[in-house]
Amino acid sequence: MNNIGGCVRMKVLMSGNEAIARGAYECGVRFVAGYPGTPSTEIVETFAQYQDVYAEWSPNEKVALESGIGAALAGARATVVMKHVGVNVAADPLFTVSYTGTNGALVIITADDPSLHSSQNEQDNRNYAKFAKIPMLEPSDSEEARRYIKIAFEMSEMFDTPVFLRTTTRVSHSKSIVYPEAPLSREDALRLEVNPGKYVMVPINARHRREEVEKRIQRLKDFAETFSENKMELNNTETGIITSGMSYNYAKDAFPDLSYLKLGMVYPLPVKMIKKFASEVRKLYVVEELDPYIEEQVMAMGIKVIGKEVFPYTGEFDPGVIAASMGGSKQPVPASLPDISIPPRPPNLCPGCPHRGLFYVLGKLNVFVSGDIGCYTLSYMKPLEGLHSCICMGASIGMAHGMSKALGEKGRGRVVGVIGDSTFIHSGITSLLNSVYNKSDIVIVICDNRTTAMTGMQEHPATGFTLSGERTKELDFSALASALGVENIRIIDPYDLKSTRTVMKEELSKPGPSLIISRRSCVLFKRREKELRVPMRVNPETCIGCKLCLGLGCPPISWVKDGMTAKKGKGKRKKQEGVAKIDQELCIGCTLCQQVCKTGAIIEVNAE
Amino acid sequence: MMKKNVKNILMSGVGGQGILRASDILSMVAMESGLDVKKSEVHGMAQRGGCVTSHVRYGQKVYSPIARKGDVDILVSFEKLETLRYMDYMKPEGLVIINEREICPPSVNLGISDYPHDIVGTVSSIFSAVKVVDAGRLAKEAGDVRAENTILLGVLSAYLRLEVPLWLKVICESFPPKFVETNLEAFHLGRASQEQASQ
Ligand SMILES: Cc1ncc(C[n+]2csc(CCOP(=O)(O)OP(=O)(O)O)c2C)c(N)n1
Repeated sequence: MNNIGGCVRMKVLMSGNEAIARGAYECGVRFVAGYPGTPSTEIVETFAQYQDVYAEWSPNEKVALESGIGAALAGARATVVMKHVGVNVAADPLFTVSYTGTNGALVIITADDPSLHSSQNEQDNRNYAKFAKIPMLEPSDSEEARRYIKIAFEMSEMFDTPVFLRTTTRVSHSKSIVYPEAPLSREDALRLEVNPGKYVMVPINARHRREEVEKRIQRLKDFAETFSENKMELNNTETGIITSGMSYNYAKDAFPDLSYLKLGMVYPLPVKMIKKFASEVRKLYVVEELDPYIEEQVMAMGIKVIGKEVFPYTGEFDPGVIAASMGGSKQPVPASLPDISIPPRPPNLCPGCPHRGLFYVLGKLNVFVSGDIGCYTLSYMKPLEGLHSCICMGASIGMAHGMSKALGEKGRGRVVGVIGDSTFIHSGITSLLNSVYNKSDIVIVICDNRTTAMTGMQEHPATGFTLSGERTKELDFSALASALGVENIRIIDPYDLKSTRTVMKEELSKPGPSLIISRRSCVLFKRREKELRVPMRVNPETCIGCKLCLGLGCPPISWVKDGMTAKKGKGKRKKQEGVAKIDQELCIGCTLCQQVCKTGAIIEVNAE
Repeated sequence: MMKKNVKNILMSGVGGQGILRASDILSMVAMESGLDVKKSEVHGMAQRGGCVTSHVRYGQKVYSPIARKGDVDILVSFEKLETLRYMDYMKPEGLVIINEREICPPSVNLGISDYPHDIVGTVSSIFSAVKVVDAGRLAKEAGDVRAENTILLGVLSAYLRLEVPLWLKVICESFPPKFVETNLEAFHLGRASQEQASQ
């Protein structure tokens, strides 16, 4: 077992995310803030298990970073945690905290997601380091993750700069052996320091700090040359590989005998070291996932290097990808397989998911549903097809607004913006205000399932609980909306299809904006109201095989072909091919299928 | 070459089947045996119902946490049809352990496609080492239908050179006290099913 806090075993299996939290704890981190996002989420969740560390969920990544900056300016060791796209949200303070410096320590953790396992894009956040002139460390496994975050704090203090720690999904979510150390007891130099020249970024001061940034980068470049985590391994010098992070492991796996320059710090790069390494080997490769980030800088040093001409730009690597790209390694030969079609298994809304009823209704209205990011995004798929766009968190309301303005009369009653509760808090509030201010003709729906479901049930300001499980004020969406000036506010229960449809139609017929709060707890939610719900079953005698219930896309409902082509008798269809069936172990009794069934064939399990 | 010593195990199945817990346990047993170990899975979009895989690799020194195609020694498929999805990861001489459990994907539920027929036959036509397990029945026997994952660990353990006492120790540490006994029983039942089979 991973023994968190207190006494520890010599050797523990930890994910990269757990190891980051462990390392930060060991070196006395005082303040942690983040917004959930795969693959970064467990970092903040692990901090919550360390009694002596203050950690919180922020409403979004910008607030997280700004809070982290404040804590660091007060002299603390602070870290902020987000997925790659979270840095886009936090980019505004990011670029300028690079100018002010941090006083204490500030480490920004960005977890990138090559292959888009759970993301809307595949951006390479190493570019942010270079763009914002902030040094970046990149661990390749859990033990390095634990050690590197400590180095990151020290560098932040030493150079008065924020420091990035970048992981990728495979580093964050793989487990490997970690050797925990006892936490340091250290005193933060906490105090309020007033230094307007350094912290008030008006042009005259910022111009000065801008110069300081360049000086700092120069000092960091010198540091990089002797940094102990930039390591040269000279073996077979026929071929050399420059790499970092998880790619190092993939390459070592495929080519254990080649020479390596493993970069623990990917910004700034150690120019002299790279030139030295290049001179030691005959043929030089850069092995990196996503952008040719290192490659382009090495080329700019005037060094001949092979990179994206052989390696893919997209998707994550594995040892096989590297071996195939470089050639010359003995590749394992998989068994030859017959050509069989395997039905796909995409993620689906859970049985009893409250989003299902709402999107079933939306999919049947002739409207454009401007969607957002969360579990509910899955309703774009067949058979619900109740969501028609998704760009980034918070985009739904703004896009619906622009669309309805552009369409004018043609768009009346035709544009709906749908947003999750956590997403609304993250970045929907200002656009709701905008839709009031600019008199938008749209209906906005908050799918309020009382939690941040997609990323695994995190608390947020409308749940009434903090990260550590303490009670706090609970945001009231309708009070907020009326304060913003929304006049039509309705609350619906998405388990009630009829009233959901009625309310939706009523609000679509009014001049907007209207706000509908579709409220029902996520089925996986831990504080869900205990309800006595009885699973459903299909009465095969009265089922006419119309497949209406299958239109809900609910996992327990399936179709059984029964080979009866011409059933006779009451209510039977002439050419009935089968009946619906409900798996009682999976059904939670939300009754949506009962509501859509036209023949009353869906009944409670124990009904006669 | 040291790479030869790395054992590659791939677990596949569907969200909610306990694959992550099972691969954690396997990894910890390997670690307790004094070996280097890495494991990797991807979780995210699939809260429930999507495909789940977990790679576990152990040996003297392990670099990559994921195995490459054609390099997996043992595939443990917690769900029957999921076996087919990962056959290209297998070494031709590898062992395939198939749980009889069938969980229909959405397209099968909707009547659009069929659940593939005779999966065991298909797999057996490619690999000579195939073991089929009814983990659901054995789990019921052990006293908890949710212990299918531990049954499969018991089955797997019969083909690995990791010591039984270490398995038992890690299992004891991995479950809340009230579930330990059934899981120990499940492990034994799973393992015994193979010992009998090979007699
Ligand atoms: C900028 C950014 N931060 C974080 C994420 C990760 N993420 C995707 S959806 C989501 C929240 C979903 O919660 P909610 O809106 O309540 O919908 P639910 O999943 O509960 O239906 C998060 C945190 C992201 N995609 N982009």
